[in-house]
Amino acid sequence: MKVKILARNPDDYVRETKFDIQRVPRNYDPTLHPFEVSREYTRALNATKLERVFAKPFLASLDGHRDGVNCMAKHTKSLSTLLSGSCDGEVKVWDLTKRECVRTLQAHEGFVRGMVVRYCGTSFFTAGDDKTIKQWKMEAPGYGEEEEPLNTILGKTVFTGLDHHQKDGVFATCGQQVDIWDEQRSSPIRSFTWGVDSFSSVRFNPVETELLASCASDRSIVLYDMREAAPLKKVIMTMRSNTLCWNPMEAYYFTCSNEDYNLYTYDMRILDRPVTVHMDHVSAVLDVDYSPTGKEFVSASFDKTIRIFPKAGGHSREVYHTKRMQHVICIKWSADNKYILSGSDEMNIRLWKANAAEKLGVLAPRERQAANYSQKLKEKFQHHPQIRRIAHHRHLPKSIYHQTKELRTMKEARRRKERNVRKHSKPGTVPVVSEREKHVVTVVK
Amino acid sequence: MASPSKAAASEAHVGKKKKKPPARYWQEPREEEKDGNKVGKDEGRTESALQQEQHTKLKPRKRKQEEAGSDGKEFISGKSDPFPGPAPIPEDRVQKFKRKEKTKMPRPKHRKLRDMIVRSDEASEMAQKQAARLDLLLPEDAGFLEGDEDEDTCTISQEDIADAVDITSGAKYFNLKLSQFGPYRLDYSKTGRHLLLGGRRGHVACIDWQSKQLMCEINVMESVNDVKWLHSETMYAVAQKKWLHIYDSNGIELHCIRKFNDVLRMQFLPYHFLLATASATSFLQYLDVSVGKEVAAICTKTGRLDVMCQNPHNAIIHLGHPNGTVTLWSPNQKEALVKMLCHQGGVRSVAVDKTGTYMVTSGMDKKVKVYDIRTFKPLKSYFLPAGASCLSLSHRGLLSAATGDIVQVYKDVWSTPVTKPYMAHRVRGTVWGLHYCPFEDVLGVGHGDGFTSMLVPGAGEPNFDALDANPYRSAKQRQEWEVKALLEKIQPELISLNPNELGQVDHTTFQQRHQDRVQALGFDPLAKDRFTPKYKKKGRSSAGNIERRKKQVAHEDQRDIIRQTVEDKMKMEKERQEKEKKKAELSGQKSALDRFKK
Repeated sequence: MKVKILARNPDDYVRETKFDIQRVPRNYDPTLHPFEVSREYTRALNATKLERVFAKPFLASLDGHRDGVNCMAKHTKSLSTLLSGSCDGEVKVWDLTKRECVRTLQAHEGFVRGMVVRYCGTSFFTAGDDKTIKQWKMEAPGYGEEEEPLNTILGKTVFTGLDHHQKDGVFATCGQQVDIWDEQRSSPIRSFTWGVDSFSSVRFNPVETELLASCASDRSIVLYDMREAAPLKKVIMTMRSNTLCWNPMEAYYFTCSNEDYNLYTYDMRILDRPVTVHMDHVSAVLDVDYSPTGKEFVSASFDKTIRIFPKAGGHSREVYHTKRMQHVICIKWSADNKYILSGSDEMNIRLWKANAAEKLGVLAPRERQAANYSQKLKEKFQHHPQIRRIAHHRHLPKSIYHQTKELRTMKEARRRKERNVRKHSKPGTVPVVSEREKHVVTVVK
Repeated sequence: MASPSKAAASEAHVGKKKKKPPARYWQEPREEEKDGNKVGKDEGRTESALQQEQHTKLKPRKRKQEEAGSDGKEFISGKSDPFPGPAPIPEDRVQKFKRKEKTKMPRPKHRKLRDMIVRSDEASEMAQKQAARLDLLLPEDAGFLEGDEDEDTCTISQEDIADAVDITSGAKYFNLKLSQFGPYRLDYSKTGRHLLLGGRRGHVACIDWQSKQLMCEINVMESVNDVKWLHSETMYAVAQKKWLHIYDSNGIELHCIRKFNDVLRMQFLPYHFLLATASATSFLQYLDVSVGKEVAAICTKTGRLDVMCQNPHNAIIHLGHPNGTVTLWSPNQKEALVKMLCHQGGVRSVAVDKTGTYMVTSGMDKKVKVYDIRTFKPLKSYFLPAGASCLSLSHRGLLSAATGDIVQVYKDVWSTPVTKPYMAHRVRGTVWGLHYCPFEDVLGVGHGDGFTSMLVPGAGEPNFDALDANPYRSAKQRQEWEVKALLEKIQPELISLNPNELGQVDHTTFQQRHQDRVQALGFDPLAKDRFTPKYKKKGRSSAGNIERRKKQVAHEDQRDIIRQTVEDKMKMEKERQEKEKKKAELSGQKSALDRFKK
């Protein structure tokens, strides 16, 4: 007779001393883990609920400006530094970790229209309503020294926007025309015009660094190559675009914020129709900024809300608002992908979490693992009705809630009318125009 | 292929023959040998061999490099790695962790979807392989019992086994002589550490059976029908003469649940925290023990319910009835999910295996039958001369059947026709309850004269998962586990025949959904309005006129299609004619004068 009976040595399964951690032998045999799917579903449901419980995105409000915040700039080298310019010509430098203003300077008379930090991070440029561009040192002046710009360029017209080249001493301004400036010279090295118009924003492409894009007030978006004498091409839309931002990872895409409450992501190579139309705002969109990963972007709107959109999604995944925040004029996504900064009409800069339910600070490995696991579960079960309902629910201010409803009704009515017109006309005379094609008037080369 | 010629050239240049490396079994044999071995080799193929094959197929360039450096990686010392690539995993282990079939690829148009599918397939394959690799490292092996030549294992007595094995295991065979409050029913806790005994005449005892430590012992002064541990060893339920009572491990009565009367059998669903009870009044009731609420009460209308078991795979309750049927129940439905006629004469006992594939029933017709409960088809039928009164299935699929005072254990009842029992043991009284101890090679038998703990080698799952059920857990660990388990308590609404339904894509066709919608709304929202002609005055709405107007719009929706098909037909006809014309022209003899035609 040969016999063997299960006999476990307890020493292999119990910790040796009480100072050790407990032993946890695992066996991943699926038959030992019944109801896999239902248990995961329950976990996902719990994780989704907890996410909504912990969603507290507002971190801090930086006050100190004496007029509305008109523009902001991220420091290119330091995560904790933020620059902001207000409508009274004041520029403030903020320390985000201490959440306090470290330096104030009266840069311009009238609005500070544009501000940008040089790629090396040692100086920054401001452009204002007083027709000047000024270059400032990043370091505060020493004791007894006066706050003076390094350079001042006196322009002929008002500047409305400013951006710096990624790695050369070249910057671009816009106003009545788009100018390319060399830092060493006091006159533009190149000027682009295309029809009589004024421009509201100009941005350098972060990858193909010689390319620029600008938004013009004649409802067009114009693309330029710095090395050429004439602009490349432009797309004219039904309404005016306010600002645009290039996707930092896929730099052939850019997103523009439009007056018609939408944002449009374009492929630079195909301007006939936007790649995606991002809808959700209920008033003009004033500013847009991409996350450094290029997967999401944040938009600021006249309707007093901030919304975060996935780059390929038609609707926002998140909306931020507070009672006191007025029209949001400028928005920035921090370079560590964790925070969002918004500057608004009522003189405050607000600091938000990019991921509303994220826990800040250093996570223990087990904590991080648990967070990753629940994130994956949420993704896996996101389409189940109960989970989707909880995950998508957001509280909105009454006015915005009602306006959203009103807009939806209007849109539905328009669609119904179009459908009826199509039904009662000769087949083929009323073609179906998709939402993406609707907003593009023409492309000019 | 450049490399062989190059090698030959170099040989010619140097003029010195390179020494052949000795042949190894893991290297590919030469062509002649390969043909001979092919059939035998394919069977013993492992995952990594397949991988390597693909590897070589896909990347000929890399192969070339490998050939240059004899094979595998070359070290500085000139030796090569004898076991290149990842370690092989046996095919059956990989199969064990398979959760899904490869997803069918969509058409190349859907690029994003394709990418997603490819990525998820890769991830699941990797998870499967890693789990299989870990499976190789599990520390314990299952027990076994083998007789000598011409020795049946069923003749080996318990005393012999207890003598042959080590002392700790030998001590697991013991008898408790409790003749006073007899016959006993029993239950092991989920971890297998604790034993609960309930005597018919009111004796209830819980024991840490491995250390033989008595946790509590009470007499409820009432007849006891069944006992069951709840989710942990701190609480248990006792079905007494009238009501259902819940006690803690010190024997203190926590609850007397008056909603549950005349309970005969109980089952605890550990992941749902549900206590299912079957009563003499033919009620099947579910009690949520985490909140203390009755979840469902189903009147089965089938008389006294004293045969009950649960399917551990999908938490469906199986009830056996005196008319020979077995019915399947979930708390979400007032009717039985399935009714199966299993026996001629009443059903005496039912058991379902751990994977939820097989159901074993025994009936008054002295038969033991095995069913596949995925397809509800009978697989095997055995005749036991005395009939089996109690059945129990172990983790590893051993079936124990009690006939009178004899306990028989059978092996592989569903795969091979069994003639002899694997083991047999006679206890001192009529068997009243049978239960395998989880994660141990032990079968507990409650009978008229007390309790017997039998040794059944190969019954228990050797490797437990400590996050699920840990026999060695401390009180602190148990508390943590309790919190986690309560957090992921599955709602009773999710109990269904297929527990994986929640994770699958809902393939209900559009038509099905449309039908549901029609039923819900009471009308068909997509149906076309029937044309009702306007009423016109001055006699223009005569019956004939109305019919004529109706005819004008009849088949309006089909007109376009008809027009299109007619056009297509015309076009094709035209093309055909042209083709024929051309053919005729070509085939017709060309005379010299043809050039002047047209």
